[in-house]
Amino acid sequence: MNLHEYQARDLLKAAGVPMFDGDVAATPTEAEAIARRLGGTVVVKAQVHAGGRGKAGGVKLARTPADAKECASQILVMTIKGLVVNKVLVVPAADIATESYVGLILDRATQLPVFMVSAAGGVDIEEVAAATPEKITRLAVDPRYGLLPHQALTLALALYQEWDHVKSAVKIMHQLYKVFMANGASLAEINPLVTTPDGRVLALDAKIVIDENELDRRPDLAVLRDESAEEPSEVAARRANLSFIKLDGDVGCVVNGAGLAMATMDLVKYYGGEPANFLDIGGSSNPEKVVNALKIITSDPAVKVILFNIFGGITRTDDVANGIVTATKQFKVEVPIVIRLTGTNEEEAVKILEGVGMKAMNDMDAAVQQAVALAKEAA
Amino acid sequence: MSIWIDKGTRLVVQGITGRDGSFHTRQMMEYGTNVVAGVTPGKGGQQFDGGVPVFNTVAEAVAATDANCSVIYVPPAMAAGAVLEAADAGVELVVCITEGIPVLDLTTVIPFLDERGVRLIGPNCPGLISPGSAKVGIIPGSIVTPGPVGLVSRSGTLTYEVVHHLTRNGMGQSTCVGIGGDPIVGTDFIDVLRAFNDDPATEAIVMIGEIGGTAEQEAAEFVKAEVKKPVVGFIAGQTAPKGRRMGHAGAIISGSSGTAEEKFQAFEAAGIGIMRRPVDVVELLKGVLK
Repeated sequence: MNLHEYQARDLLKAAGVPMFDGDVAATPTEAEAIARRLGGTVVVKAQVHAGGRGKAGGVKLARTPADAKECASQILVMTIKGLVVNKVLVVPAADIATESYVGLILDRATQLPVFMVSAAGGVDIEEVAAATPEKITRLAVDPRYGLLPHQALTLALALYQEWDHVKSAVKIMHQLYKVFMANGASLAEINPLVTTPDGRVLALDAKIVIDENELDRRPDLAVLRDESAEEPSEVAARRANLSFIKLDGDVGCVVNGAGLAMATMDLVKYYGGEPANFLDIGGSSNPEKVVNALKIITSDPAVKVILFNIFGGITRTDDVANGIVTATKQFKVEVPIVIRLTGTNEEEAVKILEGVGMKAMNDMDAAVQQAVALAKEAA
Repeated sequence: MSIWIDKGTRLVVQGITGRDGSFHTRQMMEYGTNVVAGVTPGKGGQQFDGGVPVFNTVAEAVAATDANCSVIYVPPAMAAGAVLEAADAGVELVVCITEGIPVLDLTTVIPFLDERGVRLIGPNCPGLISPGSAKVGIIPGSIVTPGPVGLVSRSGTLTYEVVHHLTRNGMGQSTCVGIGGDPIVGTDFIDVLRAFNDDPATEAIVMIGEIGGTAEQEAAEFVKAEVKKPVVGFIAGQTAPKGRRMGHAGAIISGSSGTAEEKFQAFEAAGIGIMRRPVDVVELLKGVLK
């Protein structure tokens, strides 16, 4: 789960990470009030789960509170990469001497939290990493012992020469590590970590991603999810316990298992079609899930055909068949449905579908080819 | 022949009295797996289905039955603890089926197992099956048949799809291993490839990967350097959209975005046969199996 910048700031601030004062606003009037309280020039920043918001015009400089109000009113009606902006963060325009990068990520390869820091921070850090990997210092932490004092010092020394800066950075490394572990993060990043001409070290921007698996045992983090900042169909799917991602094609896909769901999309493309979505109904075969899946997919007007691909293991194919029958009784599905199912209770499933005049196929390639052909006919 | 599980496997089921645990225990026993014990804290002394003794702890189960392998069907909040308990009790192989374990929990679990020389498969995996001798996990016994193909995969139902093609075309399997789809897992592709390479009954290997991370690229390098048997591979997610990724650390750490195309290129460079579709496994293996 992605946190907004202002939410990430709150977690880091609570752990003691030094940063400029600032606050979040949902209306231009609120933004004006914050700017007045801060005094001087401020930056108004869109709070949205998309990179490149600065280049999209979502970050603006405002010299007066009236300016801040005007900037906020422009940003709060924007959509960036398809996502609406509902909030802005207002912070003082900083006087900056240097910009560094500090990131902490759960690394698949070492199976440990790994720090990555660089004195060459800022928006181009990925290019820095690709072109000059020697400018990135990496350090794995064994969570059984935590971040050791000499490790924090090594990281700080990779960023700064001045001892006052180094001392501040050591503290920040420990604070960032604490926030990462205490909140079950998979990523925590300060970019940039800046120094000011008067010698302070401060976090200017922050990103935190929380492991979805953490949310069941951490309701305090689960409430940070901002559903207004997500695609509505994806929110509906998550509430129905479905894993769903909307795409641009016209072949709606309902599949059990993430790997098979991706392979189904790949096969749609292989045979010349375009998948309308990724949808994994998961391992259990509650007919209600199938009904919800069909509701979500049919609400997309671009969908010309719906393709079921079910390989029964734990999932019982007769449950899926019952779900399809129930759904088509509850609401009219206007587009053709192609059904491939095989595995657990296949014979019962075929009978259930035949009882309402629907056909089931047994072969994945044949089913995908038929779905693609139907989508092309309807286009 | 097979890897890791066979007729000598003596299985203890953690969570044997739960909904999933009891269902899959019956399936495993029906397949012929030697289930010697179950564990559910508070239900020690009971019998499961009138034949399998239930214990309060894995240590008690191992002491009484000499169990050498554990399979875990407990809820996510308890699963990391269950893995540690099994390793502490002295089993050699722990298979964790549970999905949804917080990933950070694994960072302390895996070193604990490494120190004790215990292998973990999973979490969030379908387990493994050696056709005709033993099944540990949830892979349906009906779709496999004994033979010379070793299969390793990151996913569940996609594994079934590929196995289904193999079985329908008379290509049996030595062992099928689902290593799990989580970012951190106990057993990776290389571990399984090494075991198949050393297993005299395995003549060819099928590898099924997914987008994300670099495990498939590393496995491809291992194949090029070490594996003497023919390998064919598939990557799911060729059409997956690039995630609305936040932050830079993921791309910095791997120097790669983990796309299907990068992985297929790594396969090609290592001489791994490319499956563009699951069904392609049949044509690719026809030429190499005796």
